[in-house]
Amino acid sequence: MNNYHGFGRIILTIILAMCLRIVPWPNAIANINPDWVLLVLIYWTLAVPERVGIFHAWTVGLLTDALTGRLFGQHALAYSLAIYFCLILHKRLRQFPLPQQGVFIFLCLLLTQLLLFWLKNIQTPSQFHASFWLPVFTGTLCWPLVYTALRFVRLARFTK
Amino acid sequence: MAVIASIALLVTEHRSHRLDPLRATTSFLIDPLKYLVDLPTTLIEKTVGSISSYATLKQENDRLREEQFIDKTRLLKFDALERENIHLRALLENSFKLGEQVLVAELLSINMAPYENIVVVNKGTRFGVHPKQPVLDANGVVGQVFRSLPLSSEIMLITDPNHAIPVQVNRNGLLTIAVGSGQLNRLNLPFLSNNADIRPGDLLITSGLGGTFPPGYPVGIVDDFTPISDKPFANITATPKSMLDRNRELLIVWSDSTPIPLATPQTSKEKVIETPRDDKSTRSGLVHKASEVEQAGTVRDE
Repeated sequence: MNNYHGFGRIILTIILAMCLRIVPWPNAIANINPDWVLLVLIYWTLAVPERVGIFHAWTVGLLTDALTGRLFGQHALAYSLAIYFCLILHKRLRQFPLPQQGVFIFLCLLLTQLLLFWLKNIQTPSQFHASFWLPVFTGTLCWPLVYTALRFVRLARFTK
Repeated sequence: MAVIASIALLVTEHRSHRLDPLRATTSFLIDPLKYLVDLPTTLIEKTVGSISSYATLKQENDRLREEQFIDKTRLLKFDALERENIHLRALLENSFKLGEQVLVAELLSINMAPYENIVVVNKGTRFGVHPKQPVLDANGVVGQVFRSLPLSSEIMLITDPNHAIPVQVNRNGLLTIAVGSGQLNRLNLPFLSNNADIRPGDLLITSGLGGTFPPGYPVGIVDDFTPISDKPFANITATPKSMLDRNRELLIVWSDSTPIPLATPQTSKEKVIETPRDDKSTRSGLVHKASEVEQAGTVRDE
């Protein structure tokens, strides 16, 4: 039933999200730049759980690590955990209205950010500004946007 | 399983360099993205460059020519000083290092992670860039190569909170360490006592201790010195000399650590030229010899 949306679209959107991640925003925006890659991953997990799973999340996390110059495994660990919860709950989450989904997304992003914060602190203990947590909030606010945009991408039939 | 794999990766990379090949491979996949994101900025710059008027170009050309003339005249004197220095050091039975090469690298305008002063440039291991190399710009020290990938490399700026650079006050040779503050316009000097002989306006240069940075390059200018009476160390801040947030072109330096044999500076220059690294980089065609002038001076003397 899901045959008409190929893997290509998923990969394309993830690449786009990665680009958004490293676009040189001015400083004020860079501090609140949400984790686009995770948002896109979550969407695809909820929409086509039989296609996007923990392994994909892990791979994408690894690539994100390479992209942002982190130790290998940081994003991989965080993403695969977040996607694990999405997979468990995807049937319920699909029924939720957007605001309720938002709460879940918020928790997912918070979990990821917490893990990244924790892993970073193990390497080099340093104090963080309170704005370190801002991407979690902006990410949640961006969720409806990502949701509608990706829904369009998923359902749009491009003429051949 | 993914969790175990991630943790294994984390631990391995934190402890050793065994994962470097993996990083190189993934960077082949990822680096095109960096260039893609950088593309709009580069395009805009190129377009602006190609439509700037004749008058502007002429003006700029004139200014640059004038600057070059002044610099050349200064370098003439520098030659003589360099020679004198070598002789003096020979008399002191001290070896002298020279022969630094630089590679011009261009910044990719991408933002890897907030709160970290790390930039990406478009030259990587294919040009022989390796970690811990010092990076300069026209005004002073910028930072050091933090990680070199095949197509790009990451450079940690001197203002990164995790970066420290051994410096020296140019006026009196006082040695200390400048630590990054996380802000692009500020360095901290946390290890100087309240009665240290340092004052605002002092120039800080690299001391060459630690071996990463070659000695004598300007790092920053002290702009504030506040003694704290009940603490052992004073509160000293400095402003970096290099334009950390404005430059798009950086110099990656190979400091050739072949010391010149005592008292015979003339014979040494062949050795400097014949180092294998030199050969490789000249093949890449983008290396300019910073020591060209000095060496030319030596040749003339023979």
